[in-house]
Amino acid sequence: MTIEELQEIGKIEKEKQDGFKHRIHVCVAAGCLSCQSGQVKEALEKEVSRRGQESWTSVKGVGCLGLCTAGPMVAIEPDGILYQGVSVSDASDILEALGGPAVSRLDCSAHMPFFTKQKKIVLENCGKIDPESIEDYIAEGGYEGLYNALRIMTPTGVIEQISKGGLRGRGGAGFPTGLKWTAVSKTKSNIKFVVCNADEGDPGAFMDRSVLESDPHRVLEGMAIAGFAVGANYGFIYVRAEYPLAVKRVRTAIARAERLGVLGRNIFNTTFNFDITVRLGAGAFVCGEETALIASIEGRRGSPRPRPPFPSELGLWGYPTLINNVETFANVPPIIRKGGDWFAATGTDKSKGTKVFALAGRVNNTGLIEAPMGTKLREIVFDIGGGILEGRKFKAVQTGGPSGGCIPEQFLDMSMDYESLAKVGSIMGSGGLIVMDETSCMVDVAKFFIEFCMSESCGKCVPCRVGTVQIYNVLKRITEGKGKPTDIGLLEELCDLVKNTSLCGLGQTAPNPVLSTLNYFMDEYRAHIDDKVCPAGTCHFNHTEESQ
Amino acid sequence: MEAKEAERVKVDEDRRWRLVNRTMRLHGHQPDALIETLHAVQESFGFLDLDSLKYVADSLHLPLSLVYGVATFYHFFTLKPPGEHTCVICLGTACYIAGSTNMLKAVEKEVGIKPGETTSDGKLSLLTARCMGSCGLAPAVVFDGAIHGKMSSTAVLQNIRRLLNHDD
Ligand SMILES: Cc1cc2nc3c(=O)[nH]c(=O)nc-3n(C[C@H](O)[C@H](O)[C@H](O)COP(=O)(O)O)c2cc1C
Ligand code: SF4
Ligand code: SF4
Ligand code: FES
Ligand code: FES
Repeated sequence: MTIEELQEIGKIEKEKQDGFKHRIHVCVAAGCLSCQSGQVKEALEKEVSRRGQESWTSVKGVGCLGLCTAGPMVAIEPDGILYQGVSVSDASDILEALGGPAVSRLDCSAHMPFFTKQKKIVLENCGKIDPESIEDYIAEGGYEGLYNALRIMTPTGVIEQISKGGLRGRGGAGFPTGLKWTAVSKTKSNIKFVVCNADEGDPGAFMDRSVLESDPHRVLEGMAIAGFAVGANYGFIYVRAEYPLAVKRVRTAIARAERLGVLGRNIFNTTFNFDITVRLGAGAFVCGEETALIASIEGRRGSPRPRPPFPSELGLWGYPTLINNVETFANVPPIIRKGGDWFAATGTDKSKGTKVFALAGRVNNTGLIEAPMGTKLREIVFDIGGGILEGRKFKAVQTGGPSGGCIPEQFLDMSMDYESLAKVGSIMGSGGLIVMDETSCMVDVAKFFIEFCMSESCGKCVPCRVGTVQIYNVLKRITEGKGKPTDIGLLEELCDLVKNTSLCGLGQTAPNPVLSTLNYFMDEYRAHIDDKVCPAGTCHFNHTEESQ
Repeated sequence: MEAKEAERVKVDEDRRWRLVNRTMRLHGHQPDALIETLHAVQESFGFLDLDSLKYVADSLHLPLSLVYGVATFYHFFTLKPPGEHTCVICLGTACYIAGSTNMLKAVEKEVGIKPGETTSDGKLSLLTARCMGSCGLAPAVVFDGAIHGKMSSTAVLQNIRRLLNHDD
């Protein structure tokens, strides 16, 4: 394929779409599908043909439109009208209103801060393109980055742009992507691998899922560019088996890309070959850890091993392996297309670009959002998120899942970037943002996370296998009103031990939710232990209550 | 009549093994096909029994202990046959904050089993999950493979009663 052919595909697709006076986009990502958006789409299609307006009205399924809580979501283009909570019976009214004012009972203002405060790079195509159509992706400039990389740039040049853009890993730790690529590219080996980590183990996060479901080609293109840059010809996407729709869309995307020749042999008439295979996870959080993930792809139990050697030297089957997160790869094509400088213009000094967050919990607008690095936490919760449910009082935001921490009200004006989050005792993590209000008991929250780590511990090393159980037991007794005054000291000691002596990241970060709640919500621990009351009213103390 | 039925079951089983065999062939019967193969077995038969583990171990030339170790390590695999219906309650963070623990308690009380168990009549399996990626619709529950969002204890119990009474 040549660039002209690629552009021709995009042009034909664009013309085809522009030929429709009205374009109806129905969200068919998992959230809306579970509120019957599939049937809504069918009803709209039927209504279009019943009215005989197929030639000027199109209906297509698109990825997540963002406001998942209000699904099924429908967008009317080019008018920019958004409808929420659409049901099958609304089809006729929606068609009636085309070209005129929106159906007021379904109208969801596209001007609300939820939409206007966001900036989309990773999600630029989400809700716009049909995730199962490669032509649609190409019409938005897709695979041009890969073309530029292969035909115009050198591997070093590609890595230079990534470094210049200041892209950092979106899987949690924020390691500079350019450095990682350089390390793999410098290894001498005929066989190398590129692995996309789509295990998304943080319970309460759905960014990677949404990207794969809404815009899978972007991730494939990012992986192929990475393969070219580091000298790898094989890629694996390790996806959770709990995400069947994402798995299906990725498989479809790979097949289409191979058929078109943008994956496979001699891509864009060069000597570069790149194949991608999907591998299913099987429900183990620890397999998100890179050495465990490698073991799992090799078909073994997902037990981590000590690093170094890092996967960049010794990875899959002993060969150098580049492992990046879904969102990291999704940032690559626009960086190559528009340049590192363009990317670096967004964000803060040390954290560039945007971050996708899965906003959930006790907030009005739950859904998928993307904001520039450095956006204030308050803007995310109160502007984009629309504030707390039922007008209740904000208590904390949990970031980073089981490896992260709880951020209390006093830090609402902090900037969301890697360093600032670390400073307040949490981490960016993969982007799960859970908002809590006064009805959440922070001791119970700590117990919830440590229980998660306890059951997900792979059992390889003692501090994590035994320590998480000990921490859990202490927290359990506190939430049952049986806590002792010495328990606080005991918790601190146990956390310190598990944090510093565990083998892998799971154990090393498992105490974080406990430490951060101890740090900011000591009064709640004290209330449970000393006064035998749960300020949030979540914990029930069976017999002690009356005796107090 | 009975012979026909037995024949049908056998043909059906052969067809299901074909998917398993195809998966192994696709991976050239290499050791790294193990997890993919176990997925295929579970997809075909609903769970992994000892016979299929033995069959997979033989076909991939792996020790049975290793196959068993992998099958028990990953939560997604189940070694027990599932009930006729399944109810999976999400205990991920978003659903926990939205009160899924209370929902689970209500269901446990209604059907008298704990997560991971199946009712004695084999009608319902109760399971829990750590996030299904529908956190925007928390709390989420999956009934027989279909995700239901924004559930409540009452709604879950209603659904369960409907599932259980329907096929009498
Ligand atoms: C217990 C544990 C779980 C992890 N889970 C994930 C995950 O679900 N997704 C992910 O991308 N990275 C996860 N990571 C981080 C990966 O090990 C790895 O650092 C990351 O995939 C690298 O990609 P990046 O540089 O693009 O961030 C996890 C790490 C640990 C220790
Ligand atoms: S101590 Fe526990 S984890 Fe270690 S081998 Fe024995 S049973 Fe397994
Ligand atoms: S820290 Fe926990 S998860 Fe990691 S290797 Fe040790 S036991 Fe396994
Ligand atoms: S899943 Fe439809 S808007 Fe997010
Ligand atoms: S936490 Fe339940 S679906 Fe994500």
